[in-house]
Amino acid sequence: MALPRTIVQTTWAGSLRFGLGVCLVWGAFWAFTSELSSAPSAKFNVATIQSLLQDHCVSCHGGVKKRGGFSMVSLEPMLGKGDSNVPILVPGKPEASLLWHRVQTNNVSQRMPPEDQPPLTTEEMNLIERWIQGGAHWPLHWAFDRPKPGSKSSSQLHPVDARIREVLNQKGMEPGEPAAPTILLRRLYLDLTGLLPSPDQWSRHLDMLSRGAFHSVIDQILASPHFGERWARHWLDQARYADSLGYEKDSVKKDAWQYRDWVVQAFNADMPFDRFSALQLAGDLIDPENPQALLATKIHLQTQFNLEGGIDAEEDRVKRVIDRVNMVGSTWLGITVGCAQCHDHPYDPFSQSDYYHLMAFFNNADEEASFLHRVPDEAQLESVKIERRRLQDQLETILQRQLTDKSLNNQVVGQLVKLFQYDQNKGLTRHMRERSKQRRATHVLIRGDFRRPNLALGNIEPAVPAIGKFLPSPPNHVDRRFLAEWLFSENHPLTARVFINKVWGHLLGQPLVETPQDFGSRAQAPVHRELLDWMSSWWMDQGRWSLKELIRMIVTSETYKQSSNHRPHLNQVDSQNRFFARQNRFRVEAEVLRDIALQMSGLLDLRIGGPAVFPPMPEVVIQQSFSRYHHPSQGGDRYRRGLYTFFRRTAPDPNLMVFDCPDASASQALRGSSNNPLQALAILNNEVFNEAAQSLAQRLWNDFDLNTDHQRLTRLFEWGFGREPSEKEAAMILPLLAASRAYTSEYPDQLSALQAADLSEMDQALERAAWIAVARLMLNLDAFITRE
Amino acid sequence: MSDSQNKKKQLRRVDNKRAMGELHRRAFLLSSASGLGGLALNHMLAGASSGPDGFSTLARPPHFAPTAKRCIFVFMAGAPSQLDLFDYKPMLNQYDGKPLPDSMTEGVRFAFLQKDSARLMGTKRTFKRRGQSGIWFSDLLPHLATRADDLCMIQSMHTDQFNHHPGQLMIQCGQAQFGLPSMGSWVSYGLGSENQDLPSYVVLTSGRGSSGGSTLWNPGFLPSIHGGVLFRNQGTPILNLDRPSGWSKEMDRHLLDALDEVNRHHWENKQDPEIISRIANYEMAFRMQMAAPELVDLSREPDHVRKAYGVDRPEPEKRSGRVGSGDHFASFATNCLLARRLVERGVRFVNLVFASWDHHSNLDAELGYNATCVDQPMAALIGDLKERGLLDETLVVWAGEFGRTPLGENRIGRAGVTGRDHHPNAFSLFMAGGGVRGGHVHGETDDFGWAPVRDAVHINDLQATLLHLFGLDHQRLTYRHHGADMRLTSVTRKASAILSLLT
Repeated sequence: MALPRTIVQTTWAGSLRFGLGVCLVWGAFWAFTSELSSAPSAKFNVATIQSLLQDHCVSCHGGVKKRGGFSMVSLEPMLGKGDSNVPILVPGKPEASLLWHRVQTNNVSQRMPPEDQPPLTTEEMNLIERWIQGGAHWPLHWAFDRPKPGSKSSSQLHPVDARIREVLNQKGMEPGEPAAPTILLRRLYLDLTGLLPSPDQWSRHLDMLSRGAFHSVIDQILASPHFGERWARHWLDQARYADSLGYEKDSVKKDAWQYRDWVVQAFNADMPFDRFSALQLAGDLIDPENPQALLATKIHLQTQFNLEGGIDAEEDRVKRVIDRVNMVGSTWLGITVGCAQCHDHPYDPFSQSDYYHLMAFFNNADEEASFLHRVPDEAQLESVKIERRRLQDQLETILQRQLTDKSLNNQVVGQLVKLFQYDQNKGLTRHMRERSKQRRATHVLIRGDFRRPNLALGNIEPAVPAIGKFLPSPPNHVDRRFLAEWLFSENHPLTARVFINKVWGHLLGQPLVETPQDFGSRAQAPVHRELLDWMSSWWMDQGRWSLKELIRMIVTSETYKQSSNHRPHLNQVDSQNRFFARQNRFRVEAEVLRDIALQMSGLLDLRIGGPAVFPPMPEVVIQQSFSRYHHPSQGGDRYRRGLYTFFRRTAPDPNLMVFDCPDASASQALRGSSNNPLQALAILNNEVFNEAAQSLAQRLWNDFDLNTDHQRLTRLFEWGFGREPSEKEAAMILPLLAASRAYTSEYPDQLSALQAADLSEMDQALERAAWIAVARLMLNLDAFITRE
Repeated sequence: MSDSQNKKKQLRRVDNKRAMGELHRRAFLLSSASGLGGLALNHMLAGASSGPDGFSTLARPPHFAPTAKRCIFVFMAGAPSQLDLFDYKPMLNQYDGKPLPDSMTEGVRFAFLQKDSARLMGTKRTFKRRGQSGIWFSDLLPHLATRADDLCMIQSMHTDQFNHHPGQLMIQCGQAQFGLPSMGSWVSYGLGSENQDLPSYVVLTSGRGSSGGSTLWNPGFLPSIHGGVLFRNQGTPILNLDRPSGWSKEMDRHLLDALDEVNRHHWENKQDPEIISRIANYEMAFRMQMAAPELVDLSREPDHVRKAYGVDRPEPEKRSGRVGSGDHFASFATNCLLARRLVERGVRFVNLVFASWDHHSNLDAELGYNATCVDQPMAALIGDLKERGLLDETLVVWAGEFGRTPLGENRIGRAGVTGRDHHPNAFSLFMAGGGVRGGHVHGETDDFGWAPVRDAVHINDLQATLLHLFGLDHQRLTYRHHGADMRLTSVTRKASAILSLLT
């Protein structure tokens, strides 16, 4: 909903009369005029004004193109004079403001927006005139203002529900019915662990739910070691985690998994998010001798490293530093800062020099290697230390010369490769380490080109940007530790909001703020802004940045527990479910889809952690990459959770990619959930799912308590959904079994292909084979692959 | 009415018929399904997928009238030497062994070449003007040369990148960044597809792996339905297309019927249109299982066609000094023939990737091998498209990620100078069909082929042109991602379509 909330509230009743479409399109102006006539206010329309200027003006008068010598991204530059030497904007005086003259003139060659674009409407012009008359008030962008806890709710409701319901009431919307216990339990397990409940968990926890012991169920699920695996995957999407270096050679990083395991353990231990973040941003400075702190800094080694022959190593280093800054921007600040490496941000008040101040934090962080995983004996430790130092010194020397003598490019790459291979072969773990000597100076790079430092601007020291009015006065000579402290300082407007928004997205199927990686000027305030603000204040204070507490806060609400069923009336008033009058249902993620299919079939190997594994991969995919590295895993490793699947950037597992797994090239806040025919082909025919279907049929037959078709079908439904099939469902599925029986008995020669069956017991083998059809059906059901 | 127009019309009629049949089939499917209302019908007709705009491959109108409806982008990964194929420079031979003046090399970056001691390297090839238009071709491309009057040659290409993977991202995706959609994905997103039984963007590879691998055809931030789908040119064309062994088509039908029924029943409770899309997608998957094998079944192609493309050409005997090869001759020829079959069926964008042309050394033997490998099939493809009346609306582009240096490569530690280094400043490519001028040469480089001296074309200009031919304005074809309106061409470099290339 694009409307400022004050307006929405005053017009709701009125616009309903015209139907929703009218409200959406004309609501803003209709509301504006009606409000003007009753209570003129300087604040009535500024959000509309800001978005109007964003839409019509900033593509030419913004951070990139400053036509006429001014930008309209913020108020300050408009108060000055542009190239024409006339004030752009004089608050209170439209007639003295160039802006006003240029939008309302009849002279087409003078008019703004220019000729090739439609002129503003009369209403829009009036809006601008009155805005200037009223003093050109320019409020702080909502996300740049500190989150306010809001008034204490007097209601007896859960604090989340109290805020959701208040908005729903204003809209005349009803919350959904509570979801059935089986659906709720499946939802909780999928959301919190990425797995289905085991048969034992189904019965125990359903029983606990029926006795009202909901909180104990939550406690037990949150205590599962698979919790860390599930939430680590979300974090790894943002860390752009992969097991290979990237670019042409795309070499394998044998130590990458150690960072992944660190994340899993941190989430399982419920390490507070401020500590979790600080270690990743500055572990080497905070606790330089602690292997865990050093492992955390490996987040910065997820950036791609080019070892292609003939590259310029300095160019690649600068690229890596820039990638780190961009990752920090989108992951913690929720702002896409990357564009400011070349020019001021096109529509946010974030300048190019702000960018390089941020970059200066990372410009002296180098890639180092230590024994963090395996510690050898003293003698070996010493010899490796000496040898590595020698290689490193060689590299440094030649790098210094290469800065000015580019004929050394290839030698430098050769040395980089040598060092990389040395670390790999010795079992060293790469991490970050702040360089202490020969520190690099940081400069603004003209158009982001590493060859063009803007020396006129002098050395750029590490500094954090002002976010709205939030600008601390830092001590001199700050480093990455300060960056982490600043992110988690009291009243920081972004950090908590940005993270909570994503957690909400994982638990409710869509975030509160629709643009989880852009909280900048174009980000619309969420319809549940008060909820987001309250949660942020609460989390920073009572919640102590604990992820488990935050999740507990959300999942104990009725809003989380309600049904995800669509309601026709609701779809008409809120088709996108922005108001959360129901839960959302969504297809489970790539890894979860494979995990639960293997889990149903009894194949899933639940061991936690360790080096990446290689489930079967089509040869044609392996062939696409330059180095074609693939070592199919044997035994249990073939069936490990998707989190552990080896991820090669230039040839990722198609089973992951077809279900929207990110490609690890850039931080990704939330995944898409596409729905396409290639996915149908994958679940129907892919080796993994086919193997799962066979084992699932076998698993049914291993259960000697089961005697009839109906009992077996019931067991299948119990494993998958925690309930019996309805009569209707059974009536739809059992004919498939009959057809399958007819087929297997007609073509018994197909048995061995269907399943490695013991043909001595022909009848049983036929029966088992017939059940594969039902098992396949089960794994393909919309209900099975959907988190309801 | 000309023959080709007639054929086109016929083709259109067949397409329409097919589309109508499809509509009827779907309508039938729906009317037999209980309880699905008009809303669901619309969703189902949206075919491949549901959700907001751009989530399906249903055909969408362009911004303005197009001249191209389909594209075959033949990507020559590794960068072929323009100086030994297209850009004839007699001066280069005349000055063979001489250095270039410093003023020309100043500020230019090389991957391996040592600037101070590098010398110009003449070509061993002989060049001739070919066709009515008199376009220059070297002796390595005798078949393509017969198509001179159909080709639009650009001699003045340049790019920003001089390493392979970044350069390949640049030409496929518009910028040297990861996570961006490629041209094929953008076109699929902009226009959808005319065929709902096959993916809208198909990739076929031959030769060795390219530097970029799948990063060159991933959908980036666009909905995944627009990602390039990798086809194999033998056996099963699409991943997961084959039923599990022991399983019959009839049993699959039984399975799908039961699946549809249970899912529909589920929809009645949940009322979520995603379920309807899911049902439609399973049906499309089923159709794809028939359409795709038929597509790659070349047994029905007449002998003269197979022969023209060189599908059954034997791999030449390995001569001494040339590095390994496989079945590249047969494989690339097959891909060319498949490309024609794909566009014939209305697939929007076909990306043929062939690697590698990275001839730092042993240029004469290696380039000879590659050129012979692609020459005949490429010429046959263009001829075949023309004969079938498809060329008018099918754009064919043949290009590498950059060019190669007029200077011989004198890499440290390598004996002799027998190859050329990466050269981003100048290279050649050609296009055909889809509304571009045949027998036309655009742009010119200096006497050494070092840099464009007339009508320079940046990679982004080429991309803007390609979109323009499809009736798409590169500045208007955008997708909101992380708050920014992303597009194929860079926002900071002012790219423009080269209208003088159009007929």
